[in-house]
Amino acid sequence: MDRLKGKVALISGAARGQGAAEARLFAREGAKVVLGDVRDDLLQQTADAINAKLGSKVAEPIHLDVTRGTDWRSAVDLAVREFGGLDILVNNAGIANMKGLEETSEEEWDAIVNVNQKGVWLGMKSAIPAIRKRGAGSIINISSIFGLVGSPGSTAYHGSKGAVRLLTKAAAVQYGPENIRVNSIHPGLIYTPMVEEALPSREELQPVVDMTPMKRGAQPEEVAAAVLFLASDEASYVTGAELTVDGGYSAM
Amino acid sequence: MDRLKNKAALISGGARGQGAAEARLFAGEGARVVIGDVRDDLCKATADEINKSSGGNAVSAVHLDVTRAADWRAAVDACTRLFGGLDVLVNNAGIFNMSGLEDTDEELWDSIVNINQKGVWLGMKEAVAALRKRGGGSIVNISSVAGLTGSTGSTAYHGTKGAVRLLTKAAAVQYGPENIRVNSVHPGIINTQMIDIVPAKMRSELHHIVPLRREGTAEDVARLVLFLASDDSSYCTGSEFVVDGGLTAM
Repeated sequence: MDRLKGKVALISGAARGQGAAEARLFAREGAKVVLGDVRDDLLQQTADAINAKLGSKVAEPIHLDVTRGTDWRSAVDLAVREFGGLDILVNNAGIANMKGLEETSEEEWDAIVNVNQKGVWLGMKSAIPAIRKRGAGSIINISSIFGLVGSPGSTAYHGSKGAVRLLTKAAAVQYGPENIRVNSIHPGLIYTPMVEEALPSREELQPVVDMTPMKRGAQPEEVAAAVLFLASDEASYVTGAELTVDGGYSAM
Repeated sequence: MDRLKNKAALISGGARGQGAAEARLFAGEGARVVIGDVRDDLCKATADEINKSSGGNAVSAVHLDVTRAADWRAAVDACTRLFGGLDVLVNNAGIFNMSGLEDTDEELWDSIVNINQKGVWLGMKEAVAALRKRGGGSIVNISSVAGLTGSTGSTAYHGTKGAVRLLTKAAAVQYGPENIRVNSVHPGIINTQMIDIVPAKMRSELHHIVPLRREGTAEDVARLVLFLASDDSSYCTGSEFVVDGGLTAM
């Protein structure tokens, strides 16, 4: 109910999938939330639904292309203007494709690296000055099991998620003295639009399910619960860490 | 003497530092080597010097900007033309910078990511076709301890070295069935010109912290790369090999 009472959060890629699940959960736990995304109409619907459910204006949508520093600055400014400050950043926005090493074009490479990796850095760069003013904060970067282990395709994606894993550690070491915690989350197979668009048929997902000890994929709420823990004061001594939410996939 | 006998190797960033040490060691073990670099005069001088001191002509120099696919194609073609094929790729070229998260600007970010990360991918992309023709081979990607742990600066560099760690695993999984092995090497503080920008005081403080109480040499790293390039590592793929004097063990 109150695990994020008094906190302000900024979540990228919040129109749908994991980002939307996080926004809903954070709002339920008492946070004010700025939701950013490029899918403007869907984003508005998501924010409206949260406000309708809770009966008050706790969710503010804003157009956010994570590859643009100016968009990030506007999103952070909105949090400060509407809600008084910023405590939590969730770098959730990401894109994926399954293309292997030789099949990936330079355009595809650039798009994935810019959204998944540069976007995470730009988010932290824009948010940290505001978080610093609060004297403490929590940044959660969404990496992936593909930031821990390899697979036969998705080359550029693997690289970008390995980068997020280490950008997280670097930021944790740099900003620990300022009481800003930075952690990475490594989801396994999660049933979200991003995954369903990359792999439309459930048959194609079956090999991943077979390699998951819990023998299923997860709902986005199961990732949101882990993000909530890291965002809250319950994780007060957790920084530079990797929290894997994968049904055991990377344990084998 | 013969640990790389009859093997052809391509090493990026081979004009100086770790790359030059690897070229020297590989040539001494019977390999034919192409070294690529943007420092053309130095690259040629290094090739000439290794050939002169070994009394052979095992090493050739090419211009190689690792951010350009066309340069990679030309470098791989040179190996095929000169040596009949390619067995080993060492993605060694890299640049270093100490700027922290807020002090890094987009231009600096892009240059580090393009050389250290995209350059590694482009190298593998061009080399795989040639390795495939030989029925297999070995790719060694130079990551860093910075691809394992964080520090108070060098934000973009950390990201790229974490990326190289995972590009390595992805390539290992994709190309294992074709007998192409892909491993990452994670050097610690190594005494080469790439880290000239690190303040002397910081470097000497690290000497006292590192369990082996010294910086590594380019040769320390080259010997590990030789192991991974050679058939001695025939069942090693997708793995991380650390050469850091114990820095990350603490």
